[in-house]
Amino acid sequence: MDAFLAILIAVVTVTVLGILIGTALVAASNKYHVETDPREEKVRNNLPGNNCGACGFAGCDAVAAAIAAGKAPADACPICSQEALDKISEVMGVAAKEVIPMEAYVHCAGTCGHVSQKINYVGIQDCRAAVLSGISIWECDYGCVGLGTCVKECPYNAISVKDGVAIVNSKRCVGCGKCAAVCPKGLISLERKDKKVAVRCSNPNKGTAVKNVCSVGCLGCSICTKKCPTGAIYMNGNTPMINYSKCIGCGTCADVCPRGIINRFDN
Amino acid sequence: MSRMTFKGGTHPNDQKQFARDNAFVHYLPKGEMVFPINQHIGKSANPIVKKGDAVLAGQVIAEADGFVSSNIISSCSGTVKEVELRQTAAGTMAMSIVIDNDGKYNQVDGIGKETDYSKLSGSEIISKVKAAGIVGLGGAGFPTHVKLSPKNPAGIHHILANGAECEPFITCDDRLMREYSDDIVKGMEILLTLFPTAEGDIVIEKNKPEAIEAMKKACAASPMSDKIKVYPVKTKYPQGGERSIISVVTGNHYKSTQLPADAGCIVDNVSTIRAIYRAVAFNEPLMEKGFTISGDCLKQPTNFFTRIGVSYQELFDECGGCAEGKEAAKLISGGPMMGMAMANLEVPVQKAHNALTVLGVDEVASVPTTACLRCGRCNAACPLGLIPQYMADAAVRKDLARYENDLYGLECIACGSCTYVCPAKRPLVQYFKTAKAEILLERKKQQEAK
Repeated sequence: MDAFLAILIAVVTVTVLGILIGTALVAASNKYHVETDPREEKVRNNLPGNNCGACGFAGCDAVAAAIAAGKAPADACPICSQEALDKISEVMGVAAKEVIPMEAYVHCAGTCGHVSQKINYVGIQDCRAAVLSGISIWECDYGCVGLGTCVKECPYNAISVKDGVAIVNSKRCVGCGKCAAVCPKGLISLERKDKKVAVRCSNPNKGTAVKNVCSVGCLGCSICTKKCPTGAIYMNGNTPMINYSKCIGCGTCADVCPRGIINRFDN
Repeated sequence: MSRMTFKGGTHPNDQKQFARDNAFVHYLPKGEMVFPINQHIGKSANPIVKKGDAVLAGQVIAEADGFVSSNIISSCSGTVKEVELRQTAAGTMAMSIVIDNDGKYNQVDGIGKETDYSKLSGSEIISKVKAAGIVGLGGAGFPTHVKLSPKNPAGIHHILANGAECEPFITCDDRLMREYSDDIVKGMEILLTLFPTAEGDIVIEKNKPEAIEAMKKACAASPMSDKIKVYPVKTKYPQGGERSIISVVTGNHYKSTQLPADAGCIVDNVSTIRAIYRAVAFNEPLMEKGFTISGDCLKQPTNFFTRIGVSYQELFDECGGCAEGKEAAKLISGGPMMGMAMANLEVPVQKAHNALTVLGVDEVASVPTTACLRCGRCNAACPLGLIPQYMADAAVRKDLARYENDLYGLECIACGSCTYVCPAKRPLVQYFKTAKAEILLERKKQQEAK
């Protein structure tokens, strides 16, 4: 009988305590209720949720709050899909913009076999620190340093250094642009995912100056600009640039390039 | 008074034995001369010559752009070959005026004629210094006429001639003090007439007894001998740093955002002071300077007294190159503590350059970096009382707010004492230089956003 009483007392005590605390919590939650924008949650649900920080805010929650509050445009997330942006724009009541899927592209092809090493660098294994020390590790002053600062920065594990040059895995890259922001040589740019051709060199010099340092670098001969049927290639100094809105993807430029520095893509 | 040294610092082997007893070799370059237009702190000069122009030695070829800037003077006669981007010793490309040297060294009229400067007013002296293109020759390249125009001239109580030359291997200031001691004292007299309330101190490390002796003799012969003193200090690195030298002589300290004038001092390298004397008394613009080539694998370490603009390679060849059976493993513009490693020697000697150090394989054997041992030697070695141990930690973790605000990382002068003493061989200075560059870049971005 004693045991039964003890159990009963315990059950009653816990039940009463539970009811009391529950009531207190409900009261507190009503009293300290914070008004939130219902749109914020809807926006947040349509964001990718990687918390990569490419938008410049502290993760997806922060950018959702900023979009809902009107402090950031509806397309603040640079890696949003078209579907998600449509929904966010609908929530915010603005016209949806067209999303062009982008990816990072490294404009250097100077791997170890093509460019020789100039100095023996033993300092911090970080491209920015190496560039600050003044001299270039490789013969080409404009090429990839190859110490992998972009690799450490990429939240999607989409970039790697292979044979001394960074290379982007197009399947994984979402085009957040964080690698482009840290590259001290400015070699990485965001290009359209559906591009058919791209120039893989950034050396602003011409002719022998390039030939002396790299066996594949662009010589600035500008034959690609002359052969392009739509005039989509133009010279920026001695480096060819492609205007993708004019490019029809015929690949003539890649065929005529004497150095084979214009890459073709099959996508 | 009578402090001997500053807090912290380190004692690297001074390695002066290689070149200290070799008198200046007066060398007139034969090859082409290159003059970058940004050899100083401040705005780049504006080139006023173009390709094909004939120039004379001593002619202004690029004019100072604004107050904190400096004239660039041709140190040879010939024709302008090109105005183009050329590589500098720091590894960067800089717009440079290239002159095809005709080897005649025809000078502009009026250079080298002794003039009576005792009647000149202060502003006339300063404008002469400005016209001569004189900048700090010790290494920083700060325009001297700016230094000589402080906001509060009456507050200057010390003029320090920096002859410490604490960087290992370099001996050109030592030779200059031995061979041109009278010129330096006369330059000091000129500075003291500009600042009548100040006293002059010639600060020399005790590992240069001959220079101390020579300067003492020259001071005694001076009409201002009561105001000019030789101040021997302990041999310790970085004794020649502006902040170290001021704290030793006056006991004053100042922040990185301030100038020595805020601590009541003007600090000039001894070779700058000689250049001031030559400019004021002989109308001679800054064309020549001492330049040491030293190192353990050289055939003949040499102190050159040569023209600014000559290529490192020409001087290296002139002194005979490496000794037989030895090979250079590392080339440094400047000394081993603060100098910049170089990849090739086809770069010009600039106003603020004073040495080429050529080190053999044994000297530069690289030791792998290990984790921090928490021994605290770097903290004891920092001449500014910073905590390199924590600073490196913050820099590695990219905690730049802590680096800047809690640890005062921007005060670091990158002297390299911490890296020198680190038993784990951590590249501390490189961490700090990178962190500082990132902070300054961030600031610039924020300013542009505003």
